[in-house]
Amino acid sequence: MTTPRAALIILGKELRLELRTRELLNATIVFALIVVVLFSFAFDPTSAESRRYGPGLLWIAFLFAGSLMLNPSFARELSNDTIDALRLAPISNFSLLLGKMLANLIFLSAAECILVPVFAVLYNLSLSGIVLRLVLVLFLGNSGLIITGTVFSAVSAHARMRELLLPLLLLPILAPLLISAVEATAALFADPPALDYTWLSVLGAFDVVFLTASWLVCDYLLEE
Amino acid sequence: MASSPLNPSLGVRFKSIYKRFGAFTALRELSLEIAPGEFVALLGHNGAGKTTLLRIAAQLMHPSSGVVEFYSSNEPLLPGTVRRFTGMVAHSTLLYDEFTAAENLHLFARLYSLDDIPARVTRALESCGLATRASSLVRTFSRGMRQRLALARALLHAPSLLLLDEPAAGLDRQGLIWLGTTLARLREGGCTVLMSTHARNESLDLATRAVSLAGGRVERDSGAGGDPRPLLSALREEA
Repeated sequence: MTTPRAALIILGKELRLELRTRELLNATIVFALIVVVLFSFAFDPTSAESRRYGPGLLWIAFLFAGSLMLNPSFARELSNDTIDALRLAPISNFSLLLGKMLANLIFLSAAECILVPVFAVLYNLSLSGIVLRLVLVLFLGNSGLIITGTVFSAVSAHARMRELLLPLLLLPILAPLLISAVEATAALFADPPALDYTWLSVLGAFDVVFLTASWLVCDYLLEE
Repeated sequence: MASSPLNPSLGVRFKSIYKRFGAFTALRELSLEIAPGEFVALLGHNGAGKTTLLRIAAQLMHPSSGVVEFYSSNEPLLPGTVRRFTGMVAHSTLLYDEFTAAENLHLFARLYSLDDIPARVTRALESCGLATRASSLVRTFSRGMRQRLALARALLHAPSLLLLDEPAAGLDRQGLIWLGTTLARLREGGCTVLMSTHARNESLDLATRAVSLAGGRVERDSGAGGDPRPLLSALREEA
């Protein structure tokens, strides 16, 4: 079976499982909303301050929510050792990883569909005219977060303190992504809004490098 | 659910296998050849290395040293190819509790690129006596029902190498009879079976060979074509 086809089957399985349990999405959305709302209460920013600090607060909320969401991605395969059933199947380990990455990307993007409008209202920022460009920045930023996070979720799944281990491993690695995503988002909220191709290139390069690395190491990742 | 005539009958060679988990050595220079079509009962106490050997045969685990070879009609097979022909029932059910019985089988049928999936799933559920519970979530099943479904999942793609780790666990009297009938059919179909157990059950009577492990080594082996009954009787006496 080809890798894309197997990844789509895994994606379908992840979506069905999530629709049935709502284990990841509910926690992620609620957590990210709480972070954004609490930040707005704590800082009570003006429109100019929002343009300056808002993107950073937004991406920090995405990062924390993402690391919360990614934790069960592999850990929930351990309850009945279903990860073994997937590894027994004649599919590549990368397709398994890719399927989970696609599912996590959909979950995070769905959470952001709720989070971003709430953020815009609370921080008095207008999204008109920048929606498509913002979607591009979010897509590149989310992809990097999810690719790296899914890999580390597989690494930390067998650890006893995985809830703590995942953010400890993940957040330092994501520093370049955080900086690039914040700068690219800040450029969009500036007056006039602009698409900063330099930071977009860094985001794109981050995604390609970590996706390639995950392809190279996936056999070791999923091995006991 | 017998072995498909299209699937080759598989043999396995374990050559000087060591498996270490930190300071603990689970398998020590274990060498064993299982010929195509053999039904091997893998005996031994807890910690003897049975599960580790089965997981290495299933390619879920790599040996620390040594080689595992798969072959069919003396032709070596690549490990990547063998997965398609291997089925496993493990200690855990390897099933998604939040999926129904039919959804679980559908998922794995798709991962094995099987054809005519709905009919195949229906047959598998009928075979394991769970057709009436096809739409029930697995988490609502008893241990025995889960075990039956686990075996149905392992047999869905008509494997020619079946690895069973304590398959009788949780099965009631009726379930044990079903297990025996299913394994007898598989043996007739030429499926190679490697079944571990530390307790006596009826399925052991199907064994054409018995291998006893102790301390990660082969302690006793009735040999290919030998009589496994003395070893199996010893297990009965211990039980």
